[in-house]
Amino acid sequence: MKFMLMMNTPGGGPYQIAKWPPAAITAHIEFMKQFGKKLTANGELVAAEGLAGPDQARLVKAGKDGAPITDGVFPEAKEFLAGYWIVDVDTAERAYALAAEASMAPGPGGAPLHLPIEVREVMSVPPTEYKP
Amino acid sequence: MNTPLLRELAPQVLGIVLRRFRDFAACEDAVQEALLAAAQQWPSTGVPDHPRAWLINVATRRMIDHVRADVARKRREELIEPEPVEERDDTMELLFTCCHPALSASSQIALTLRAVGGLTTLEIAKAFLVPEATMAQRISRAKATIKDSGIPFAPPTAADVIARLGAVKHVLYLIFNEGYTASEGAELVRTDLAFEAIRLARSLVRLVPDEPELEGLLALMLLSDARRTARTGPAGELIPLDEQDRTRWDRAQIAEGTQLVTRAFARGGVGPYQLQAAIAACHDEAASTDATDWAEIAALYAALYAYDHNPMVALNHAIAIAMVEGPAAGLALISALEPRLAGHYRLDAVRGHLLERSGDQAGALVHYQRAAARTTSIAERDFLLARASRLKGFS
Repeated sequence: MKFMLMMNTPGGGPYQIAKWPPAAITAHIEFMKQFGKKLTANGELVAAEGLAGPDQARLVKAGKDGAPITDGVFPEAKEFLAGYWIVDVDTAERAYALAAEASMAPGPGGAPLHLPIEVREVMSVPPTEYKP
Repeated sequence: MNTPLLRELAPQVLGIVLRRFRDFAACEDAVQEALLAAAQQWPSTGVPDHPRAWLINVATRRMIDHVRADVARKRREELIEPEPVEERDDTMELLFTCCHPALSASSQIALTLRAVGGLTTLEIAKAFLVPEATMAQRISRAKATIKDSGIPFAPPTAADVIARLGAVKHVLYLIFNEGYTASEGAELVRTDLAFEAIRLARSLVRLVPDEPELEGLLALMLLSDARRTARTGPAGELIPLDEQDRTRWDRAQIAEGTQLVTRAFARGGVGPYQLQAAIAACHDEAASTDATDWAEIAALYAALYAYDHNPMVALNHAIAIAMVEGPAAGLALISALEPRLAGHYRLDAVRGHLLERSGDQAGALVHYQRAAARTTSIAERDFLLARASRLKGFS
């Protein structure tokens, strides 16, 4: 079963991490690197990406002629997707355990951030033949 | 490239190399390297006169290099002391090793496909839609677990065969299902898994003759696979059994599967795979849904339920009963399942189907929509939404 683990950050403005002391930033990045390595070593990683900050995000929709109309992201958005992992695991509980581990990423004082991680199952092919 | 030949030879070569060097993890790597070398070289050099001996030589050279590099830890002469290589098939021992109970299902599957199926790591990774590095790690961790478990690669005792054949059958069935449920087009690489599972089950039936449940498993695969091309439409959408074009079913495969399951039943010792194969045979032999022997199918599901009281089996039993006695009888059976299947989309999907047949369109719509919201399968969700949209206007 594949799950997407989505890491959210407060919206409206650049990433909070930009205001942290350099050592805290390094520790946070190192944590994320190690976490990704561990997922690969476990044979569980499908994909992982970190996304550029909210200040660079654009909301795009098609105009009448189909051409893109771009806009800044609505500032009232409280939560913002900062990055995600897709993992391939045997159970949902395993995906939750991995999410909890990611949630413990260190913050400015080195203490765990307890980040909220949204866990969603990735749609797949049917497990068995559909009858009827 | 001569893939079928390489896949056929893979377990034979691994068995022989293993009997000489014993180290399962290293031997399996060496054979994989030999297979990759063959895939690279044979297209230009041509297939050697003795392809198996060629692969054994390459794998053996790799192992000798490996042992030399490892000489500080182990006494080399002890490891490479040549043993007379007797002619026998090691596929069964390999399957027992790969389906070791200490491994998770996903590891058992990956290792079986590589060590016994002769697939490359990249092929397995593509089939399961994960990166090659991830699949490589899954396989090497599985091998480390086998090593830690301390169970040697050895011919199994008669008691072992009985105890561990169950795990092997389960893994082959999982591999089959991965391939069988894949739709055409982009997922074509996955349908290869159904073919591989059938091939491995065939070789196991040859090695362990007179095992009715093994024949039942092979029959179940053949009888299900016979319908594979008819079960999805051009856009990959699911086509339910009652709407499938039965002229597209593979008659030769149906005949083979039916013959196998009939023979297995005659041996006695009926089990879940034979029962499922018999159900598949009932569908395959019928000219239409109406002409299907639903009473027989209901009886087979009842017998299957006696094995492990699986609520999904009970659900299928209810569908069969509904076909014999009418939707009300099926709905009554389903209500009794509610506590055990509460919130499961299949319960809603079947209830929707039976309500639609009983004429309660509004009720059917609610359950189709609820099922569509809960399934994690895109094809199934689309199917359920299409069913629901046909009923709109009744709500």
